Amino acid sequence: MIPAPFSYQRAATVDEALALVSEYGDEAKFLAGGHSLLPLMKLRLAQPEVLVDLAPLRELSYIRDAAGHIAIGALTRHHDVQHSALLAQAVPLLAHAAGQVGDPQIRHRGTLGGSLAHGDPASDLPAVILALDAVMVARGPAGEREIAAADFFQGLFETALEPDELLVEVRVPKPAEAGWSFQKFTKRAIDWAIVGVAVQGSAVALVNMASTPVRAAGVEGALAAGAAPRDAAAHAADGTSPVEDINATPAYREHLARILTGRALAEAAGRAG
Amino acid sequence: MTVNGAEVAAEVEDRTLLVHFLRETAGLTATNIGCDTTSCGACTVLLDGESVKSCTVLAAQADGHDVVTAEGLAMKGAGEAGGGELHPVQRAFRSEHGLQCGFCTPGMVLASVSLLRENPRPTEEQVRMGLEGNLCRCTGYHNIVRAVLAAAGEMAAEPAEAGAEAGAEVAR
Repeated sequence: MIPAPFSYQRAATVDEALALVSEYGDEAKFLAGGHSLLPLMKLRLAQPEVLVDLAPLRELSYIRDAAGHIAIGALTRHHDVQHSALLAQAVPLLAHAAGQVGDPQIRHRGTLGGSLAHGDPASDLPAVILALDAVMVARGPAGEREIAAADFFQGLFETALEPDELLVEVRVPKPAEAGWSFQKFTKRAIDWAIVGVAVQGSAVALVNMASTPVRAAGVEGALAAGAAPRDAAAHAADGTSPVEDINATPAYREHLARILTGRALAEAAGRAG
Repeated sequence: MTVNGAEVAAEVEDRTLLVHFLRETAGLTATNIGCDTTSCGACTVLLDGESVKSCTVLAAQADGHDVVTAEGLAMKGAGEAGGGELHPVQRAFRSEHGLQCGFCTPGMVLASVSLLRENPRPTEEQVRMGLEGNLCRCTGYHNIVRAVLAAAGEMAAEPAEAGAEAGAEVAR
């Protein structure tokens, strides 16, 4: 399979990338690692006329300790997030979950920013970022703005990013509560999660239980009201709207959400000591 | 781009995938096209020393970078070992019967080389996890895992080879 014809452009700077996308408008897409976009283009589910390759923007690949949060450049690869000593110590949930994305080859190419900007509710990292209450930094023609994770994911493959904005940084607060867990259920090792759950302290977010990653409000409410983790997990599917597809019915996904949330809360409690 | 140590330059369509560039432009057909959907790993090559699935990389994205295919691994092995021999991972796949039909093998070998570069002494479980991106429909994986573990032992016992690998790690 070969993508439909497009024009390949390479941006040397962030400003040049923004200028190229402004020039071509809706027909242009940013290309980071390409491991979400290129498969869609090969299936002709996406047919941009212009790809703006961000690979030369090495300055957007970093993981830095910035006092209250960890600043991660949007073009930081999953492999580098997975193996970051800083993240392993400060935000182990994110380092661990990055190591669960796809397979080693995919993690050598795919980027954190690319995964988030793609906005696929079946991807692992959007839910993790949501559980961590991270902040996205977008740069556009008018400058930079911050977008909270809770406002960032707006629909299936839809984010709060404007077409002429580039996600440049992800700011992950250092968690106040230590316990964490990431659980997902897949048919094969490299598949997207049929359902997944990310837990950081008392924040719980679900993979693939709606058209966006969602916080498990029912579980969080029950925990806040003093429910035992096992009882709180029974609310994991409350208010969700899982899809039916080749892998699972909505009822099966709801069942998985409850089971995985129970396991995740138990593991997080164990880690919290 | 550099392919197996040699400069390869060609004008190709923007949408050309790296795997097609390698097979059709560079004429190197060891890299197989399996699923074509980033799943099976048959098209795995090394890009700047790290495993990638060449069906999901544009040739243009590899412009200016270093690509190694199974053909180059053998040549590289010959150069380093000095005796026209295969790379230690290739030798181990042969001695441990890590293949049957051979279709997945070039990708499996390159994924293994990348794995051992990042983790020179993996446990059996780490080998299994590290090869999660490569599917084999013949062997049931046991002999592949055995081959990677054997290669790890052999490479650790070869100071020159181990030194070269460590150097590559530092260079990145």
